[in-house]
Amino acid sequence: MSDTVYFIAFPYLALFAALGGGLYRYYKHRFTYSSVSSQLLENRMLFWGSVPWHYGIILILLAHIVPLVATPFWIWLHADPTRILLLEVIGSAMGFLAILGMAALILRRLFSLKPRHATSIMDWVLLIDLAFQIALGFYITLYYRWGSSWYLFTATPWIRSLAALNPRVDFVNELPPVVQLHFVNGFLVIALIPFTRLGHLFTVPVTYLWRPFQVFIWSRKKNGYNETGGIYGK
Amino acid sequence: MDIRAQVSMVFHLDKCIGCHTCSIACKNIWTPRRGTEYMWWNNVETKPGTGYPTLWEDQGKYRGGWAVHKGKPKLKLQGRAGALANIFFNPYLPTMGDYYEPWTYHYEDLANAPEGDDQPVATPVSEITGRDMEIEAGPNWDDDLSGSYIYAESDPNRLALTPEEREVSFRMERLAFFYLPRICNHCLNPGCLAACPAGAIYKRGMDGIVLVSQDKCRAWRMCISGCPYKKVYYNWATGKSEKCILCYPRQETQQPPACFHACVGRIRYLGLVLYDAKMIEAAASVPDHELVSAHRDIIKDPFDPEVIARAKENGISDHMIKAAQSSPVYKFVKEWRIALPLHPEFRTLPMLFYVPPLLPVTASMKDGIYESTGEFFGSLENLRVPLRYFASLLAGGNEAEVERSFKKLYAVRVYRRAQTAGDISQKEVSRVLEAADTSPEEVEAIYKMSSLASYEERFVMPPFMREAAIEAEEEPSRRKTDAGAGFISKLRRGI
Ligand code: SF4
Ligand code: SF4
Repeated sequence: MSDTVYFIAFPYLALFAALGGGLYRYYKHRFTYSSVSSQLLENRMLFWGSVPWHYGIILILLAHIVPLVATPFWIWLHADPTRILLLEVIGSAMGFLAILGMAALILRRLFSLKPRHATSIMDWVLLIDLAFQIALGFYITLYYRWGSSWYLFTATPWIRSLAALNPRVDFVNELPPVVQLHFVNGFLVIALIPFTRLGHLFTVPVTYLWRPFQVFIWSRKKNGYNETGGIYGK
Repeated sequence: MDIRAQVSMVFHLDKCIGCHTCSIACKNIWTPRRGTEYMWWNNVETKPGTGYPTLWEDQGKYRGGWAVHKGKPKLKLQGRAGALANIFFNPYLPTMGDYYEPWTYHYEDLANAPEGDDQPVATPVSEITGRDMEIEAGPNWDDDLSGSYIYAESDPNRLALTPEEREVSFRMERLAFFYLPRICNHCLNPGCLAACPAGAIYKRGMDGIVLVSQDKCRAWRMCISGCPYKKVYYNWATGKSEKCILCYPRQETQQPPACFHACVGRIRYLGLVLYDAKMIEAAASVPDHELVSAHRDIIKDPFDPEVIARAKENGISDHMIKAAQSSPVYKFVKEWRIALPLHPEFRTLPMLFYVPPLLPVTASMKDGIYESTGEFFGSLENLRVPLRYFASLLAGGNEAEVERSFKKLYAVRVYRRAQTAGDISQKEVSRVLEAADTSPEEVEAIYKMSSLASYEERFVMPPFMREAAIEAEEEPSRRKTDAGAGFISKLRRGI
């Protein structure tokens, strides 16, 4: 019963909240979408926090997403002991980087006066939950070896079964409690997206790679001009 | 030709008295909100000096504006991929220390202080942390040089001077200073716009005002570095960048921007110009000393039938063409060529032009009398603020441009003095006019526009008719919420 709650009901609820809440917020309160950077208020500690955190967590996130969408590729990666070792080492290093970054970010918010006064309750909730999540992940990496391999045969089929609307808990209900907690808290992070600044994750400005350098916007259409038009730099 | 219209500006520096009324007018309307306390969309700095934010002209520090790379403009800040790589930490962002920590005072202490022998004082309190603080800097901390030569000594433009010039002109008792009021230049090639990863910044098609879409901004804060004038500011409370909007809601109801309207010295002129958007990229790529003339060439003659025809093709109304024809900016910049862009070498093609200040530069005290004439042309090299300084500030190092301006301004002065005081011979007047390559008619026109111009002559705004469009639909005051940016709903920062 509790398995159903933790591994079926909660994940669906979290996804529903993230998607529904995120879209509602995007269309109704787009102004609130922002990474709310506090670099203006404090620069030095931010460097030691934000840079390792983001680079570390992005690679780790990829290592969680790629197996889900490109399972055969990930299996192929694991077909060779050297490659597994390499993956585990890189993964641990990135995890360590992210933990260091997160620690710096928390210390900064605690002890640097200006950022502290620009921190909301939800900022704290998010920060602490993310710290908890990555601590769990790092613990698993250290104490349950070859996590990247068994992720393939436990979490991957479970999440795919969720995606296929044919949820199966038997892939994950026998796993150690720490691992299960990591899964459930992962969905809690997803649920937090529309209620925190985490939404900035989905507004990564990739269009900058190709948009024109100079942009005009007309309030009305007129003789061949579109509403938006660039002049150069495409 | 791709003719577009641009609201542009002239500030006549000879007339600025450094009163900061403009800054206050702007502050009261647009930036009295939480998160914007430190912003001064309009600020007035003392030059020579370090300005606000400190040393903003030093692009080695902030990487604003453009460089030329393979014959094309390229952002000094970073390339396209670099913007994504630096998004977690912008190495060239000014921080609050480069501006100042905004504060207010415990005013209630004045009323609540217990009876005693001493006057009660209101102690300063930070507007960011809400705690007591020591005031260490402000937005005009070096006003009037603060009685020190240190700020002048640190002015980035001093690099253009020879060691002797520096030594002579920056000596305290000789030091002449002037004021430089600054707002966003609403550039034709804005660095802020090009640097924005989210694509939140744009130019309004109808008048070229540069705006930050508050809905699209995601606090990637590259615009702040990309603008070499540091005229985009980051609101740390809402997580959005904000900048001067040239009071477009006022302009749409036929009022000049608040800083223009409030200006005590009446130094400010506002008018439309028509320009060729096709020429922007090329004009931003010429060598430094050609920048001013290339910039001037983009601006087209509003009486030229060809230009008018192309303007109409682009949907520019007769109202706007008429406004461009009576634009004071066109006269200062194109006809008389005495107004120059601030730091054209930043290559953003700024559309705010400055008439350089003649008076503190040439005037001197003789036997207790303030003397503003005298042998000028022989002594252009010996100005109290060297010509090279102004060339660095207003002409990309091209001294000839500044020299022309100064000579004409001087000719106006001599011509008028001969007429009113009558102590200069007609022969001398003709000699000065000839040396300045000008005519009595032109000099008369410059004099009238500089000294006598009425409100309507200084601010020539076409009717935008936007107010009618809005009023038909809703009560306009509904848009006056605490973000000041045109939203109807109440704004909070992103959760
Ligand atoms: S002055 Fe700065 S903020 Fe204004 S348009 Fe130019 S680059 Fe942008
Ligand atoms: S209000 Fe006018 S005269 Fe006064 S400081 Fe501003 S620009 Fe100068």
